[in-house]
Amino acid sequence: MKNDKKKTQRREFLCTTGKALAGLGVLAGGGNLLAQASGEKKEKSPGSFPTADYDWTKHRWAYGIDANKCIGCLRCVEACKIENDVVGDAQHFRTWVERYVYLEGEDHALVDSHADPGNIAASGSESEYRFDNRYKDAKVSKAFFVPKMCNHCAHPACVQVCPVGATFRTEDGVVLIDHDYCIGCRYCVQACPYGARFFREEEGVSDKCTWCYHLITKGKMPACVEVCPTGTRVFGDLNDKSSPVSEFIKNNAVQVLKPESGNAPMCFYVGLDKDVS
Amino acid sequence: MTDIAPFTGYVYPNETIIPWGVLIVIYPYLTGLVAGAFTVSSFYHVFGMQQFKPVARLALLTSLSVMLFVPAPLLLHLGHAERSYLSMVTPHLTSAFAMFGFFAAFYTILLILEVWFVFRADNVARAQNSTGLARTFYRAVTLWSDDVSPRARVIDSKWLLILAIVGIPSAHGLHGYIGFVYGSLKARQWWESDLMPVIFLFSAIVSGIALLMVLYVVTSKLRRVRIDFACLKGLTFALWGFLMFTVILEGLEFANLVYKGKEGVDMIMEYVQGPLFWRYFVLQFGFGALLPVALMGLMIAFGTRGKAFVMGAMTSAFLVLMNVLLMRWNVVIGGQEISKTGKGLLTYPMTLFGHESFVSAFILTIAPFVLLWVLIRLFPPWADKSGNT
Repeated sequence: MKNDKKKTQRREFLCTTGKALAGLGVLAGGGNLLAQASGEKKEKSPGSFPTADYDWTKHRWAYGIDANKCIGCLRCVEACKIENDVVGDAQHFRTWVERYVYLEGEDHALVDSHADPGNIAASGSESEYRFDNRYKDAKVSKAFFVPKMCNHCAHPACVQVCPVGATFRTEDGVVLIDHDYCIGCRYCVQACPYGARFFREEEGVSDKCTWCYHLITKGKMPACVEVCPTGTRVFGDLNDKSSPVSEFIKNNAVQVLKPESGNAPMCFYVGLDKDVS
Repeated sequence: MTDIAPFTGYVYPNETIIPWGVLIVIYPYLTGLVAGAFTVSSFYHVFGMQQFKPVARLALLTSLSVMLFVPAPLLLHLGHAERSYLSMVTPHLTSAFAMFGFFAAFYTILLILEVWFVFRADNVARAQNSTGLARTFYRAVTLWSDDVSPRARVIDSKWLLILAIVGIPSAHGLHGYIGFVYGSLKARQWWESDLMPVIFLFSAIVSGIALLMVLYVVTSKLRRVRIDFACLKGLTFALWGFLMFTVILEGLEFANLVYKGKEGVDMIMEYVQGPLFWRYFVLQFGFGALLPVALMGLMIAFGTRGKAFVMGAMTSAFLVLMNVLLMRWNVVIGGQEISKTGKGLLTYPMTLFGHESFVSAFILTIAPFVLLWVLIRLFPPWADKSGNT
């Protein structure tokens, strides 16, 4: 928290410095523009980010996933790719879905995701998402799907290791990356125990889920939650006791992934099985 | 276009592009050579071990040549190298990597200063004995000071000792710190070890000693001067001792990992018995460590001398250089070939050409020695009659 505060101060400092420089430029350009710029500044309240009418100190976002409800339709994966302009191949995902299948007599699950070559062959394209029918003739004792994504941890290892502070945790609990500041060292990709981060080769920066920050700050739901037909994915504000995610946590025995990592994930799961990692 | 890593079992989809490639293998290798070469120079400059005098100045030039190339693989690896300065302008202090720029800059300046003091008197003499452009060059190098009076030499010596003493923790701190970058990464079981910085440090020392042995013998042959047996024997002893220590540390680390048997160890066992068997057990441990330990041990026990000793020492040194390179590879690439799912293994697809490829890594490994060749021509480091000390 202390670090976050420091970072916020630093960002504010950089922001102010940037504005001061921009102001100088505007001054050279003409008085009218200067008036506009200062007018804009007045509108923005001090704690606001990223828009004037959003106060990030008033929210505490969290995410819930009920694995018992997931049917593996993969609409979430598709929506995420489109909404966030994620590279359309099988190596870059802000969210993905895993399939766990226990065959009769087996102690461990067989695991795959839609990015598995067999599933890509079944869909015919890396940008169309499907689970194939490989277990059609097998004797399955138990099977389920587990959606995965960035856990927006309260103590994120990815943020800890970033050498320039390009990735940070916002006041409202979302881990973001400043793509204009990222140096592309991929230390954060290594540090994430969940495999949630990837590198955008074209842009030379790291990337990951933002819980659709551009939407949630406007009062909307993340794209994956919006399209989920079964209510597997739940999102909301922990400060609001009646929000879907507050209810989800209150009414269920929730778990997090890899708690031993010490990252304190803010994605809460229901229906996890021993083999889910 | 990035190459996709083939995999077996289940790996997270984003893992199929290996984040740190061969350049990040070369980076700790070069840093290790810097620290190791500096250790050799300290044997003489700090600890006053006279038998290392023939290689002391060569070791210092080697350390500097390699150090100047240490940032290169990192910068080439970055997605935005032009922003790398941000890590020094706005360092994020919780990052194990934020201090690299400062440490590296400090150590590079220290090395330049030490080289300057070590070669100052020689450069003054060279400036006085040359004409034209060479004279201007050496005068500029000495910063237009030609004071080599006994009093000035005493001041030189004092500064040298201070720099060399500060240099020892700096060189080893820099390298131990790189071990920490890996060892502190809890997301990867293969890396997460408290022994990692110590192992990096000791493997650095052995790689530096081995490199100096090779450079000393090769340059002596090229210069057609007699190899100082005491010096080579001293280096061999040092290599032997440090290597035994390194092997034991590496063995202990592996034993710890297996004995603790935490979640995911099954995949690690599958990995070391499968893809890693040859390059870890056979090449790194067997040929790279145990064989040179045995070879040097036998030579020391039987009092081997002359050509046979040089041959044995050279073989050991080359094997150790291979050992340390493999150790870097097996740590950096190995860690990423074991999936974070604990349920799958990946294979790093190294390309021959390109931004981060075999060729780019090879060039960066060779480049410091081209620079060293230039520096040797400009500032002959020899302790015999062709040098000036």
